[in-house]
Amino acid sequence: MSTMREILVDSAARLFGDLCTNEVHARAEKGARQSELWEQLDASGLPQATVSEARGGAGADPGDALAVIREMGAACLPAPLAETMLAELLLAAAGLPPRSGPLTVGPVLKGEKLSLARRGKEWEISGTLHRVPWARHAHALVVVTQVDGEWATAVVERPAITEPGMNYANEPRDNVQFKALRLPQDAVAVGGGCLTAARLIALGALFRSVAMAGAMKSVFNMTLRYAQEREQFGRTIGKFQSIQHQIAILASQLSAASAAADTVIAAAANGEASFEIAAAKTRIGEAAGIAAGIAHQVHAAMGFTYEHPLHRSTRRLWSWRDEFGSEAEWSAWIGGVVAQLGAKGLWPFLTSAQKTIPA
Amino acid sequence: MSTPSFSFAPIELPESASRLRTEVREFLAAEQKAGNFTPGAAGWSRVDPEFSRHLGARGWLGMTWPKKYGGHERTALERYVVIEELLVAGAPMRGHWAADRQLGPLLLEFGSEEQRQRYLPEIAAGRCLVAIGLSEPDSGSDLAAIRTKATKVDGGWRVEGRKIWTSLAHRAQVTSLFVRTEPKGENRHAGVSRFLVDMSSPGITVRPIINMTGEHDFNEVIFDDLFVPDDMVVGAVGGAWSQMGKDLAYERSAPDRWLACHDLLLQTIDRVGPKPDIAQSEALGRLVAHLWTLQNMSLSIAGMLEAGANPNVEASIVKDLGTRYDQEIPQIARTLVPEHMRGDPAHQRFEESLRHNLLFAPAVTIRGGTTEILRNTIARALGLR
Ligand SMILES: Cc1cc2nc3c(=O)[nH]c(=O)nc-3n(C[C@H](O)[C@H](O)[C@H](O)COP(=O)(O)OP(=O)(O)OC[C@H]3O[C@@H](n4cnc5c(N)ncnc54)[C@H](O)[C@@H]3O)c2cc1C
Repeated sequence: MSTMREILVDSAARLFGDLCTNEVHARAEKGARQSELWEQLDASGLPQATVSEARGGAGADPGDALAVIREMGAACLPAPLAETMLAELLLAAAGLPPRSGPLTVGPVLKGEKLSLARRGKEWEISGTLHRVPWARHAHALVVVTQVDGEWATAVVERPAITEPGMNYANEPRDNVQFKALRLPQDAVAVGGGCLTAARLIALGALFRSVAMAGAMKSVFNMTLRYAQEREQFGRTIGKFQSIQHQIAILASQLSAASAAADTVIAAAANGEASFEIAAAKTRIGEAAGIAAGIAHQVHAAMGFTYEHPLHRSTRRLWSWRDEFGSEAEWSAWIGGVVAQLGAKGLWPFLTSAQKTIPA
Repeated sequence: MSTPSFSFAPIELPESASRLRTEVREFLAAEQKAGNFTPGAAGWSRVDPEFSRHLGARGWLGMTWPKKYGGHERTALERYVVIEELLVAGAPMRGHWAADRQLGPLLLEFGSEEQRQRYLPEIAAGRCLVAIGLSEPDSGSDLAAIRTKATKVDGGWRVEGRKIWTSLAHRAQVTSLFVRTEPKGENRHAGVSRFLVDMSSPGITVRPIINMTGEHDFNEVIFDDLFVPDDMVVGAVGGAWSQMGKDLAYERSAPDRWLACHDLLLQTIDRVGPKPDIAQSEALGRLVAHLWTLQNMSLSIAGMLEAGANPNVEASIVKDLGTRYDQEIPQIARTLVPEHMRGDPAHQRFEESLRHNLLFAPAVTIRGGTTEILRNTIARALGLR
């Protein structure tokens, strides 16, 4: 890690630690708007981490933004930080001006589509999006959709929620419906560098993967500490070999997740990283399930209480591993690539810096 | 032992290492074309003395060692790339593996000048097959329990005892032997020494032990009044335990740890073909995601070693994950290519690979330290033991 990034990560970790009080978590669990939390985040400049210098931002590289997201995952920060950064990636690619957050993006579900059409000087958008992250709190929802076979990006101010929902960690995942909603001309960009829906899902998978690696680190730390404190049969439970081995497995899964996150962060800073994103989401998603299971077993009843913070991390792991494609979907995608590469092509592909996905 | 950082900094390979990758691939293609080796079910885990000599001639053994001992003064990352390419291709590596990876580095660190001059150039030339004599009938995971005993005599030591599971003892020129030079005392680890045993010496009987794949690979080795001269003791008498250190990180994080069943992965991809069903796609995709992760972990650890760190825990973790991954491959391959497909002669190569790797897989989480012992090590590093 570069020193600059280390400083950024340290300060983000400290800020998130300060911001994530029990009261903040309690309010977040109820889905309440947290204006103060967002203001403090905004003041730190972190939500703008993906805004380039040319667009008036600090010009952080994508690796820095992802390193911050890892800390967000570790802290269980209940705010649309990843979504705001993703929205900027869509806006920048489309050549639309940057926006202040909180922002969110859609569609986040594979196969979901909107219809966008010109109406004189304006645009009209219709359709329903499900499980849009943090939509109820977003100042704007940035969507991608096709117009006459070309990809377009559109900005919808304060999207109307038809049905509020939440993931297993009680993070807002809301349904949003547009009924022939009019958008001004400058809220839409067509063609050019506009990202595709598939690319948005890949980027979402990238952000969730890295956040999971962060959350797993916290799960590990809590579990190790608990095993060294809790006493039964006259000794700390960490003295029992079966607990030691469970924690060793947890450490191994965390290591695999960390390595996958480190590798995908580096790859994403240098290119599309489609394969790396798929591999990271697959590997980290699998590790997340194993890690959460072990952590709960070691914490036993205490970890099953609402009072204990363990579930903040484990419920996020269980949610995030499904979002933007589960390990089942991404591994199937990789399998398709591998089948095209064939046995002979696999290793040269894995060892090439820029991996060209076969058609 | 260092506490793990859980940080695996990605390595950007230097230009020289990437060039080496291409060179190794070209070399392997030429060797295959010349009929010098054919990839098979056992992957890299085969002995071919002539192939080992070819590698020596190419400068790919003893790569990081000083030139005065026949080495090539290349970097650890360059060596990493070369061995990874050779292992992945299923080149026959066992004729030089223990020598190049374990004994050579050990002698460089602890050996006498005479021992280095005698053995290192031979190893670097691919002419020295080394067996490792640790395990005994009553000493497996508990290495300190060894009973093979050496008694001091004029000019050397007399060895009595029995080793077991000694891989390739029947083909080795040298055995790196763990012996008790003092009776076991309060410190169980004291009083154990490492001897270099010339396998042509009188007083050695090697008896084959056929393993469950039907092959003769490991042995029982009996020492009856074997004489080992003083100058064949490595480092201090009684100091063998303290010599085990960084070499463990090399041993445990090396790519051979997750490439034991690689041939079967490739055969399965081949049999599944270009139009996999969903179950096949998911299973192969998952395995390749694991392979990708393991490769980056090993590479990252190679980078840590090059930077002078001692990533022992990280290396144990890679070995645990890697051997588990390897062991899964036959279990998955058998479901992706069902039995009714395997009768067809076109699938013969797959069937051979499944057979070998299914039967061999139990060994990968036992040899060189069992899963349980690795997890004890990880737990100790985490402060739990
Ligand atoms: C293919 C192969 C090649 C080999 N080659 C060599 C060689 O070249 N040279 C050599 O010296 N040896 C060699 N070995 C031996 C190998 O190192 C030992 O098999 C290994 O160290 C385990 O010892 P063991 O088989 O006696 O099992 P044991 O130590 O008897 O273990 C039996 C079971 O108990 C578990 N166990 C033991 N102690 C503990 C503990 N403290 N905590 C928890 N569980 C425990 C083990 O994990 C294992 O599951 C080879 C083995 C194999 C399979």
